[in-house]
Amino acid sequence: MSRALLDLSIKEALHQLRSGEISSRELTQASLDALEQLEPSVQAFLTRTADMALRQADEADARYAAARRDPQAVVPPLLGLPIAVKDLLALEGVRCTCGSKILENFVPPYTATTVRRLLQAGVVVVGKTNTDEFAMGSSTENSAYQLTHNPWDLERVPGGSSGGSAAAVAARMVLAAMGTDTGGSVRQPASFCGVTGIKPTYGRVSRYGLVAYGSSLDTVGVLARSAEDTALVFQHMAGQDDLDATSMDLPVPEYRLEGGDLRGLRVGVPKQYFIQGIQPAVEEAVRAAIRQLELLGAEVREVSLPHTEYALPVYYLLAPAEASANLARYDGVRFSPRPEAENLWDVFFNTRGQGFGPEVKRRIMLGTYALSAGYYDAYYAKAQKVRTLIKRDFETAFEQVDVIAAPIAPTTAFRIGEHTDDPLAMYLEDVFTLPANLAGVPGLAFPVGFDPQGLPVGMQLMGAHFDEATLFRTAHCYQQATDWHLRKPQWIG
Amino acid sequence: MSLTLEEVEHIANLARLRLSDEEKERYRQQLSAILEYAARLQELDTSQIPPTSSVLPPRSVLRGDEPRTDLTLEQILANAPQSEERQFRVPPVLE
Repeated sequence: MSRALLDLSIKEALHQLRSGEISSRELTQASLDALEQLEPSVQAFLTRTADMALRQADEADARYAAARRDPQAVVPPLLGLPIAVKDLLALEGVRCTCGSKILENFVPPYTATTVRRLLQAGVVVVGKTNTDEFAMGSSTENSAYQLTHNPWDLERVPGGSSGGSAAAVAARMVLAAMGTDTGGSVRQPASFCGVTGIKPTYGRVSRYGLVAYGSSLDTVGVLARSAEDTALVFQHMAGQDDLDATSMDLPVPEYRLEGGDLRGLRVGVPKQYFIQGIQPAVEEAVRAAIRQLELLGAEVREVSLPHTEYALPVYYLLAPAEASANLARYDGVRFSPRPEAENLWDVFFNTRGQGFGPEVKRRIMLGTYALSAGYYDAYYAKAQKVRTLIKRDFETAFEQVDVIAAPIAPTTAFRIGEHTDDPLAMYLEDVFTLPANLAGVPGLAFPVGFDPQGLPVGMQLMGAHFDEATLFRTAHCYQQATDWHLRKPQWIG
Repeated sequence: MSLTLEEVEHIANLARLRLSDEEKERYRQQLSAILEYAARLQELDTSQIPPTSSVLPPRSVLRGDEPRTDLTLEQILANAPQSEERQFRVPPVLE
């Protein structure tokens, strides 16, 4: 019985919480029980916060009870809803490792703005989810702690870097999870795990308390099972924040999702996203989804994003360059552990040499090289100029269409260990997600089918700057007409 | 584009990373392959194109010059491997 509570949509769960049909204690306990049963197989969480979660749930139930006695009382919009938080976001008093040994003992003394806003909106936090070390990866295999397994096939990766969050939602351990997206880290795991996830516009969401990776690209998003559920949570974490000067002072619209059709919506299909190397099942599912949008009344036309192929080299110069600067702070002075060292230089070299994993060191090396004297113009400055061309591609496209529909990754979830010896092959997994980060536009991922092996296929909608609303509305209409987002892995029960 | 071992050691030194000989050789090969892939950017003529460092419109973000409470020194030092007398403690900098 209790597991069935986790099959509720967020909208339905909140309705039943308000009416008193269910309690947050029951819903939270169902989530904690699901973790107990499923975590040995999935390993989505790095830290569980059961005691805190039950305390928050009891407080939520007390507030609901008070509100039922006093109809004038205002109840926070997400009160009593159990969620998970990616272990790259600070939550005061709870260990935050970023998937790295170098932050093995880090207990943040403050809470990220996005997390704080969701707590104020009433959520219950059941734990912190696994991630590639400092979000650098596309499979969550770069976590220094554990492998997370894809709930649709435990031999396969969940995608990354928000792989723990995507797997936790797909295995129905929580109703929503927070993720981050610097180069596809919400959308690609959402695709691999068959869930919905928003990568917001750069500037829409505060990054205060998000441990920095590529600061001109980093965003905080949400994963849930449907566009409607994703929007319900995203609504309460978006918006300007005095603690992040890159968050824009623009109103967050109310994402009121209603049924209806897509008449009048112009959908662009970029020909550069249907390239050689894309799995036939991925292309078929995405093209079928685009036909479905057309059936719903949208007008579909081809668009061109001519510099798409350059996004990969641009990203893998700029993000590592920014990372090499951001990760300079891990020097063995402010964070432990600090290995044995006789002098300060050894503290720096030993802490970083032993504390960072192979992919993080690789990117720090790459970024340091791209920024170093003699190579700056050829690599870093050149990449920044090509970034301008990629951004202009999107500006031109959004003069002709309202949204762009495209695949998220060339493949469905790959096998654990399949790409670990070849970093370039792993980077190629990101070829379709990187452009949105470089241009700063929002992207929404959602399931549109399955391949012959039963693995989910996702599609992304990209929109104009700050137009998350159109993405949510379009995906919601699609999900009203289809049931891919309702499927669940059979074995989880 | 092929990096030399000396170049790899130079970069590791700039980045303050202690690497094993095996790591140096692996990164030499892997970084060379990645940089070779990145060389395709040179195909594009960008002589007239300005760089993008941020996708946001340039603007000034200032807040009022008002005192406010922030983290305490104790909170900040709590994660340090060593601290003493309200300061971070490190091994000797100079002999």
